[in-house]
Amino acid sequence: MDKIEKNLLEQITDLHDVPQGAYNIRANGQLSGRATTENIDIVTKTDKPGIDIIIKPGTKNESVHIPVLISQTGLQDLVYNDFYIGEDADITIVAGCGIHNAGDDESRHDGIHSFHLAKGARLRYIEKHYGDGDGNGENVMNPTTVVELGEDAYMEMETTQIKGISSTVRVTKGKLGDGATLIVKEKIMTHGKQYAETDFTVDMDGVDCSANVMSRSVAKGNSKQVFRSRINGNNRCSGHTECDAIIMDDACVSAIPEVTANHLEAALIHEAAIGKIAGEQLIKLMTLGLTEQEAEEQIVSGFLK
Amino acid sequence: MLELQNISFVVEDNGVKREILKDINLTINERFVALTGPNGGGKSTLARVIAGIVTPTAGRILLDGEDITDKTITERARLGISFAFQQPVRFKGLTVRDLITLAAGREISVSEACAYLSEVGLCAREYIGREINASLSGGELKRIEIAMIMARGTKFSLFDEPEAGIDLWSFNNLIQVFEKMHQKLGGSIMIISHQERILNIADRVIVIADGRVRADGAREDILPELLSNHETCSVLTEKL
Repeated sequence: MDKIEKNLLEQITDLHDVPQGAYNIRANGQLSGRATTENIDIVTKTDKPGIDIIIKPGTKNESVHIPVLISQTGLQDLVYNDFYIGEDADITIVAGCGIHNAGDDESRHDGIHSFHLAKGARLRYIEKHYGDGDGNGENVMNPTTVVELGEDAYMEMETTQIKGISSTVRVTKGKLGDGATLIVKEKIMTHGKQYAETDFTVDMDGVDCSANVMSRSVAKGNSKQVFRSRINGNNRCSGHTECDAIIMDDACVSAIPEVTANHLEAALIHEAAIGKIAGEQLIKLMTLGLTEQEAEEQIVSGFLK
Repeated sequence: MLELQNISFVVEDNGVKREILKDINLTINERFVALTGPNGGGKSTLARVIAGIVTPTAGRILLDGEDITDKTITERARLGISFAFQQPVRFKGLTVRDLITLAAGREISVSEACAYLSEVGLCAREYIGREINASLSGGELKRIEIAMIMARGTKFSLFDEPEAGIDLWSFNNLIQVFEKMHQKLGGSIMIISHQERILNIADRVIVIADGRVRADGAREDILPELLSNHETCSVLTEKL
């Protein structure tokens, strides 16, 4: 890995070098490194670009890192990654994409991730998106995540996009079995002329399943964000969706929560709040000796922590 | 020493001019100064004028002889003015530790944070990682607000009704906090309050009503008169 790739890796995984345990590093559309373990297999797909990640039943306390690094301007990358998490496994998967675009062409990565969690499996899935580079080329990422949770499966998904992505459309679809739990925590900050759209659809099919979709975002400059969240309660279940956004400058944020109960015992809640930083918050921090700009930075970084 | 010279504050309300503060002249140099008087009399506005949140329409403010009238909130804070709000502000995402660290202006250890929080009756282990959000009660927020002022440790500290809503925590503790603060820092502590027990520890009591200084002097002189002039009707007085 060169210096640019190492920096991208650090930004999206907090790692300085190749990770411990199982990993698959994709750099500029090519496989750049892979390691498997006794319990975790990674296989290259033969019919289309992408990999299958297969976790044996009962695998505990292991992690898989699958970062994607792009430093070649104008690269258009599309991958299909399928994750099969075996019964009663309990693992962490760290994905993410870093683009360094120093040229004038659009660099783009579209990752289509499908998760299949077997009965009782637990997964923490962390995904960070980051872009930099001094060129005029746009950094585009359109991730699609499809989640299927078996009986009593549990998945926590944390997605973060803080910097440098010109345009993103994130689509997440979930299908929950009996007693399954899906928790989604999304953090987004956009600036300049960036555009970020997120679209969640969760079908709560199983009895006593639950879903919680939470989004916190900050829109600065002339950026635009759209948050759409659909939760369908098709059985006895509980669902909650929440969008909390800070709007600054000339930005624009739309929050469109939609909850549908198709069952008498479905309990669904949606909350959405968009507003600028409260004047009293700025004043309080200024009375502690911070400048207005420092106060604003503290409020924003705390909000997205 | 804080000096207020001919401070006036006028607002326009639907084309009608209203004088909120009228030609206030005060020199504050005592340990504990209590500011009291009826609601709507101008006490909180005066506090906001001192902190720099409200700009007076006339008059000058001096801190240790330096004219700070045109200084910003931030500059005044850095010169040594602290202000505990009557209604503390909530912050999603910022924790008790974040705010105490910001107040101290440097990284502080858990044991230091514990020292401040325990003074206001809160256990650091339980509170340090809590977000300053709707999960905290009004009383808890008030106490954290006071702990922040302690962490700042400035020469002039201003509290706007610190006793309001401190529920289970006793007045004695609050009074001890003020006494300890003064022992440690010197300077002046100015407290806006309606509570007799707080007025009782003041070296000086200033009564603000209708935007003016109505009475000003040593506690022994002001307090007896103030307590005998309770303007409540007989029905309420009987119940008090």
